[in-house]
Amino acid sequence: MIAVDALTRRYGGFTAVDDVSFTARPGRVTGFLGPNGAGKSTTLRILVGLSTATSGTATVGGRRYVDLPDPGREVGVLLDASAQHVGRTGRETLTIAQRTMGLPRDRVEEMLALVGLTPQESSRRVRDYSLGMRQRLGIGTALLGDPAVLVLDEPANGLDPGGIRWMRGLLRDFADRGGTVLLSSHLIHEIEVVADDLVVLARGRVVARGPKADLLRAAGPAAGGGGLEQLFLDLTEGALA
Amino acid sequence: MTLDVAPGAAPAGYPPIPLRRIVTTEVRKLFDTRSGFWLVAGVGLLALLATAAVAALSSDAGMTYRAFTTAVDYPLTVVLPVVAILSVTSEWSQRSGLTTFTLVPRRGRVVAAKAVACVGVAVAAVPLALGAAALGNLAGTSSAGIAPVWDVTATSMLTIVGSNVLGVLVGFVLGVLLRSSVGAVVAYFVYALVLPALAVVLAGSQAWFRTVQPWVDLRYAQGTLVDGTMTAAQWEHLAASAALWLLAPLVVGLVAVVRAEVK
Ligand SMILES: Nc1ncnc2c1ncn2[C@@H]1O[C@H](COP(=O)(O)OP(=O)(O)OP(=O)(O)O)[C@@H](O)[C@H]1O
Ligand SMILES: [Mg+2]
Repeated sequence: MIAVDALTRRYGGFTAVDDVSFTARPGRVTGFLGPNGAGKSTTLRILVGLSTATSGTATVGGRRYVDLPDPGREVGVLLDASAQHVGRTGRETLTIAQRTMGLPRDRVEEMLALVGLTPQESSRRVRDYSLGMRQRLGIGTALLGDPAVLVLDEPANGLDPGGIRWMRGLLRDFADRGGTVLLSSHLIHEIEVVADDLVVLARGRVVARGPKADLLRAAGPAAGGGGLEQLFLDLTEGALA
Repeated sequence: MTLDVAPGAAPAGYPPIPLRRIVTTEVRKLFDTRSGFWLVAGVGLLALLATAAVAALSSDAGMTYRAFTTAVDYPLTVVLPVVAILSVTSEWSQRSGLTTFTLVPRRGRVVAAKAVACVGVAVAAVPLALGAAALGNLAGTSSAGIAPVWDVTATSMLTIVGSNVLGVLVGFVLGVLLRSSVGAVVAYFVYALVLPALAVVLAGSQAWFRTVQPWVDLRYAQGTLVDGTMTAAQWEHLAASAALWLLAPLVVGLVAVVRAEVK
């Protein structure tokens, strides 16, 4: 389980993440929604120890991420598919992660097959990868250690429709088998299809949080019938007003 | 294809990642990129050219093991520090640090592993270079029809190892401090090429500099290592200048590396 508690991050006088609290539970996909610049990536970076919080805490299974002995085995992370050494091949990129985690070698081939990179593609340098291929490679790196928790920042970015459907199935399946998924996006439809719970962020603050069904009911016919998209726009623009 | 076991089905409580594993992975990362490959290939090629040049151009009297050793060592002293620099800075310039520091969140461990990897490679590269120089000496002298001269002592072999390791350490520290490939490479060549010339000029014209030079000039202090008869004062000089050029920037750089946002 992921628990974020009163998390705040300031950059000088600007508050990028403002007193954010939520949990992401096992067996569920938690969608982390918000317009550009809402603070989603900053929150996720703090969660995995790449940034520090000004105040507040973020834990995975009750421990700070940086205190996990071999974090790749417990938490799969994909924050930015473009953040890979372009001079390495896709297979080598996975091999480096596989060795760091001390996993068996065939795990690399398994992951390449799982994310749909052919042997020919995996021996190309990342420099020559399309965005979608980088995204697949990043997802492969996240799943490599067979973690129980996934933290993904806009993983559908650059995927084609087939890839998006595949990813949706993968996350659904992961959660159904008891995994915890925290998935950020500004694509409401993407989140609406796959998420069980929602956390909506605007200008660094949580503006809505809860099971998707409850939020949809609030946005239902009685409330104007605009659906999740209208609710999202109302909530986030309300925060901007 | 889907995964058929529950996520994280393996027993909880994984052992911490041993440092040895991070070191071997970092060694691999030195050579598995296109730039890493060409750096190594470049050393080989340059060493070969240098050996051929000594064999072809030097007089019979000048064709000694020392001449070949110097020629083969030169590409190493240029390339090894660059390898060390890129090992650190590429995590930022290529942004691979996002994955590296997510898999090993204690960034100090990654930096330590990189230091061990780079020093290890420098220590391993010198015997290879000495071997190549020996082959060059045998081939060169036999084709010139003269007897090979073996004029490199064990002490000066150790000196070659020592000065390569020192160069790698300076490069490494500059990488940690600047976290920019271009910046650190330029800074290294300023240190290796410009500062020694400046030191000569200063020492020739400024009396005060001649007094402080042994304490602040790492290459000067390192020079005393060569003959292997270091006095206590010379060790102090080496320690002081190493603290200035290695320890202080390393501490400043490490604090920044540990604190910086990785994005
Ligand atoms: N180092 C920094 N210094 C100053 N401001 C920063 C810094 N890092 C992030 N910010 C600001 O924090 C805010 C939140 O950024 P963040 O990347 O978390 O947004 P996001 O919700 O992920 O947006 P997007 O959907 O566009 O990815 C933005 O206004 C951003 O400019
Ligand atoms: Mg973002």
